Amino acid sequence: MTRVARSASLLVLTLAAGLACPRRRPAPAPTTTQPVVNTDSINAAARARQDSIDAANAARMRADSIARANQARIDNERMDRERMMTEARNAVTARIYFDYDQAELSDQARATLDSKVPLLNANTGMRIRIAGHTDDRGSDEYNLALGQRRAAAAKRYLVQRGIDAGRIDVISLGEEQPASSGSDESAWSQNRRAEFEITAGGESIVLPNR
Amino acid sequence: MRRRTARMLRVGALALVALGGASAARAQDTTQRGVRIGLTYAPGTKPGVLVLPASGGLWGDSVRAILQRDLDYGDRVTVVGADSAGRAVVPPASGVLNYQLYAKLGAAAVVQPSVANGTLHVAVHDVAAARVAQVFNSSMPGSAFGSPEWRMVVHGAADEIERAITGVRGIAGTRILFVQGNRVYVVDSDGANLRALSEGGRVLSPAWHPSGAQIAYSTLGGSGWSIVMRDAGGGGRTRTLPTGGGLNVTPAFSPDGRTLVYSHADEQGSDLVALSVEGDGSSRRVTVGRGTDNVSPTFSPDGRRIAFTSSRSGHPEVYITDVDGTNAELLTPFLAGDRSYRSNPDWSPDGRTIAFQSQLDGRFQVMTITLRDRRIKQHTSEGVNEDASWAPDSRHLVFTSTRTGTKQLHVLDTESGRVRQLTRGGGGPRLAAWSPPLVRAP
Repeated sequence: MTRVARSASLLVLTLAAGLACPRRRPAPAPTTTQPVVNTDSINAAARARQDSIDAANAARMRADSIARANQARIDNERMDRERMMTEARNAVTARIYFDYDQAELSDQARATLDSKVPLLNANTGMRIRIAGHTDDRGSDEYNLALGQRRAAAAKRYLVQRGIDAGRIDVISLGEEQPASSGSDESAWSQNRRAEFEITAGGESIVLPNR
Repeated sequence: MRRRTARMLRVGALALVALGGASAARAQDTTQRGVRIGLTYAPGTKPGVLVLPASGGLWGDSVRAILQRDLDYGDRVTVVGADSAGRAVVPPASGVLNYQLYAKLGAAAVVQPSVANGTLHVAVHDVAAARVAQVFNSSMPGSAFGSPEWRMVVHGAADEIERAITGVRGIAGTRILFVQGNRVYVVDSDGANLRALSEGGRVLSPAWHPSGAQIAYSTLGGSGWSIVMRDAGGGGRTRTLPTGGGLNVTPAFSPDGRTLVYSHADEQGSDLVALSVEGDGSSRRVTVGRGTDNVSPTFSPDGRRIAFTSSRSGHPEVYITDVDGTNAELLTPFLAGDRSYRSNPDWSPDGRTIAFQSQLDGRFQVMTITLRDRRIKQHTSEGVNEDASWAPDSRHLVFTSTRTGTKQLHVLDTESGRVRQLTRGGGGPRLAAWSPPLVRAP
């Protein structure tokens, strides 16, 4: 029993006891008879009243926990869906990386591209734009052409796996938009990349059937 | 062999025309250095030149300062007769010049400028002969003193002075295009009048039309990189060339200005394309790269061949091809298995040399190769040095360098090795292109 309920019961009991306690009056004249207070029935009434209060409290708490459990289930399902949406969107926009002065697709790049295919197949209204980038060590303008070749290689791979070429735009930014500033291999390797941007049909992503 | 004969005939013809001209005998480029018509100095040396204070009003000091600086930047003469602040150690001359004094100061020639009635009048004196060797006038523009047009007139006079003394026209009357941030900029050859020519937006590859009146550059738009042409003054309409979508970069005009060759890429590597810029707008493919990259074309001055960067060997090297795409040959030799990187050729206006960049120890350096004997020379070693572009004298190069700690444009004299810093601001200027002569000889 909660504290509130206990105090309430005590109060009730006290009141009941007060009600049940006979008043101390001076002894009346022998000719008058007093009413007899039945404390048992008053106690029983107080107990019954308390029982119904307790029962109501318990019922309300059961309902609360059921509602909370339902809400938690709904929330979890929504978070699962959102997480899966985010994962799906991340899979479509995941970057791929290249070796210096190369536009060849590595095994890792192929795997990343492979994970985009089912999502693109499940969302036929989705269009993407592939942007090719380079590090800044080469000639600025040659890097523009190299970035174009990188984006084109990624597009060709997806098209070979059944994605309609008309859904994929290709652009190059060469060395003009680095992901990481710095003059060491860790920065350069982050810049030799292709980025994937959803340009249409990305508002609600349909997850592919497994 | 045929080309050299043709050039000698041209020089001979020029000499005939000049001698018949109205002005005093002009110096000519002869094969024997140091001997000039009208001016003599020891062969193989840089003649000392003294510039007298200009008479005629407020413009005098500025005229003299600009002339002295232009002559110094040309690297063909030594400026004498000035103190460390550039002030003249001799007063303006009136009447007969004190040739003995000038000879003592080391001058082989004396320049006497004067400004009157909106005209810049220049007399070039031969000190040893103690007489005037050449006189010419340039009319000053109506525009304000110190304006870009005004300075260009003075630069043109400096170039004519240099021709009178050395036989070779100077390069002061030129400008340099470059990219900084998101705009194309232009600056005078002496670093003055730096200003933007394009509105904001990603740009690359500014290039001059051989007339000097128009420029072209690549710009990024909704459908990719396109090539636009506009007035060299920056105003006026921007005309987008019919290159199609995709990637279009590194435009280069033919010497006759009628054709533009550029690199075009869709999804199968990049190839050079020749576009007719006047008339029908027809185009034809120049290179067949088969998935490789072919960029950065530069024309030979006779318009018959193009040098360019190609990755057809597996890594970037410089190649030369006939303009119809045939007879492509490797220009920069490399050893099998060597993953060298050579790119960005620029053909000198006299046709003899191609400047390019080579990656050594991971950093680009400016190189030249003479076509006659394929001899390669390295011109830089400090920092990263790239994007060399020839001045009209086929002797100076403007290039991008990180030698001062930030990217700046510098000018190199390929004969003496002297380097002068051209830009000093922030913003990382790059991709410089030197204009043709912009001031007509008087």
